[in-house]
Amino acid sequence: MPSDLLKLAGVHTRIGQYHILHGVELAVPRGELTMLLGRNGAGKTTCLRTIMGLWRASSGAIELEGRDISKLDTPAVASLGIGYVPESMGIFAGLTVRENLLLAARNGPLDEARLDWIFRYFAALKKFWHLPAGNLSGGQKQMLAISRAIVEPRKLVLVDEPTKGLAPSIINNLIAAFAELKKTDTTILMVEQNFHAARSLGDSVAVMDSGRIVHAGRMAELAADAALQNRLLGLSLEAHQ
Amino acid sequence: MKAGRFDLIPVALVAVVTLGALGLIRTPSTWVTLTVAGLAMGLLIFIMASGLTLVFGLMDVLNFAHGIFIALGAYVAASAMKAFGGGLAALAPAMLGAMLAAGALGLLFERVIIRPVYGQHLKQILITTGGLIVAEQLIHVVWGPDLLPLERPEALRGALLFGDVALERYRLAAVLVGLAIFAAMALTLNRTRLGLLIRAGVENREMVEAMGYRVRRLFVGVFAAGCALAGLGGALWGMYQEAVTVQIGAQMMVLIFIVVIIGGLGSVTGCFIGALLVGLMANYVGYLSPKIALGSNILLMVLVLLWRPRGLYPVGKS
Repeated sequence: MPSDLLKLAGVHTRIGQYHILHGVELAVPRGELTMLLGRNGAGKTTCLRTIMGLWRASSGAIELEGRDISKLDTPAVASLGIGYVPESMGIFAGLTVRENLLLAARNGPLDEARLDWIFRYFAALKKFWHLPAGNLSGGQKQMLAISRAIVEPRKLVLVDEPTKGLAPSIINNLIAAFAELKKTDTTILMVEQNFHAARSLGDSVAVMDSGRIVHAGRMAELAADAALQNRLLGLSLEAHQ
Repeated sequence: MKAGRFDLIPVALVAVVTLGALGLIRTPSTWVTLTVAGLAMGLLIFIMASGLTLVFGLMDVLNFAHGIFIALGAYVAASAMKAFGGGLAALAPAMLGAMLAAGALGLLFERVIIRPVYGQHLKQILITTGGLIVAEQLIHVVWGPDLLPLERPEALRGALLFGDVALERYRLAAVLVGLAIFAAMALTLNRTRLGLLIRAGVENREMVEAMGYRVRRLFVGVFAAGCALAGLGGALWGMYQEAVTVQIGAQMMVLIFIVVIIGGLGSVTGCFIGALLVGLMANYVGYLSPKIALGSNILLMVLVLLWRPRGLYPVGKS
């Protein structure tokens, strides 16, 4: 078993008067893609935002390579080598595709070889290189959002529902891209509702309900156990395909 | 690799207003004089307003005290011009002094007044208005309540004659300075990493922070630079009017807010085009029908917002 790159221990998050995360215990193995599943409102997005420091954990520990990062602000968390793709994609619409990627490359100029690797899967980005990102389609924006997160090697990439609202052909494209990214030993924590994508990509899985992790294990085990899927997610994951 | 197209419609609108005015004024020499006056006024408003629009776009800060930086710039310039003899050589220290003083006050203002009320619009309005009143009184303490003369250097007085067209030297100089500042800002925003960060921060501050950049520090720099530009604008505007009062900034704020709103909050290009429209309208209507000069700019704002509710160049906030 690989060691854990990221560990959440007893993490509580409150937003105003709402108590969203209730003692989240989560381990993300190094070099693997961990799927975070759960019904709408279970706290998945809050979990990612809390890791990024966008919402501060009110208690508990968030450890990256053994170092507690729960008290760090968002820029400091990101500077540790964490890429983030929010559910809204967070594209800078007035900036060109190139400028979006240039900004994401924190450590210097764009790496041409890495760009070529990205273009292999997201060719549209090369085509619309000098076009304002606001003019891209939904799928192309998602490609750009993901590309921004991986334009440089990252220790950990947090991705929130990358396939949401996308056409099946684009989803397959994204699955292929993430499968390729996995080969680079990048650790990924992904929130996903599309089980086809989740099963295709996930090595390990954690299921959230009411702000808690209610199941953690190998993705293959969950995918093979319809009764467990039904108990954890309310219906068989096959129904999500 | 396709290139994005720049929206030329607002630029065309400036041309339409200018050519439309020619049809109404009918005397070409008067039209040229008014056009140069309008461009000069517009560009001075742009210098004063550009910082405010970036401050709002970057941190959602409503700074109703922006006028005090304009006033301080004008007062410092008046004192510096007097101290350095009032000639052309005094111009550089006067403008530099105005920018430094307004920028320094901006840093203090951000630290003491703005920082405690980030994200709280109502409190921002109240506390910046209060800060404006206090700062105006402090100006009274230092410079006194009386009107202060701010004379132009000899070289910038009078007019240049081109046939029967008379163009004021100072207005032409103001146009050149305004264009130079717009060009410098456009270059910074579009050709540097700092500019890229500012443009991205105006659109989506949270995402810029999630990429590892500290927007708060960026904001402090932009705020100080915006205040310094307001100070420069105040100095130039004071010299335009050849007199300074503590109300010089507050009096400009209506036009500045109109420019910021019709340009699109956070958009420097929009601010530039909006300022040209406001300056030209004020001069054309002031000549054709003086009683509705200010009202014409409010009407312009209403029409622009009916056409483009988020301004001429809306910033893609997400």
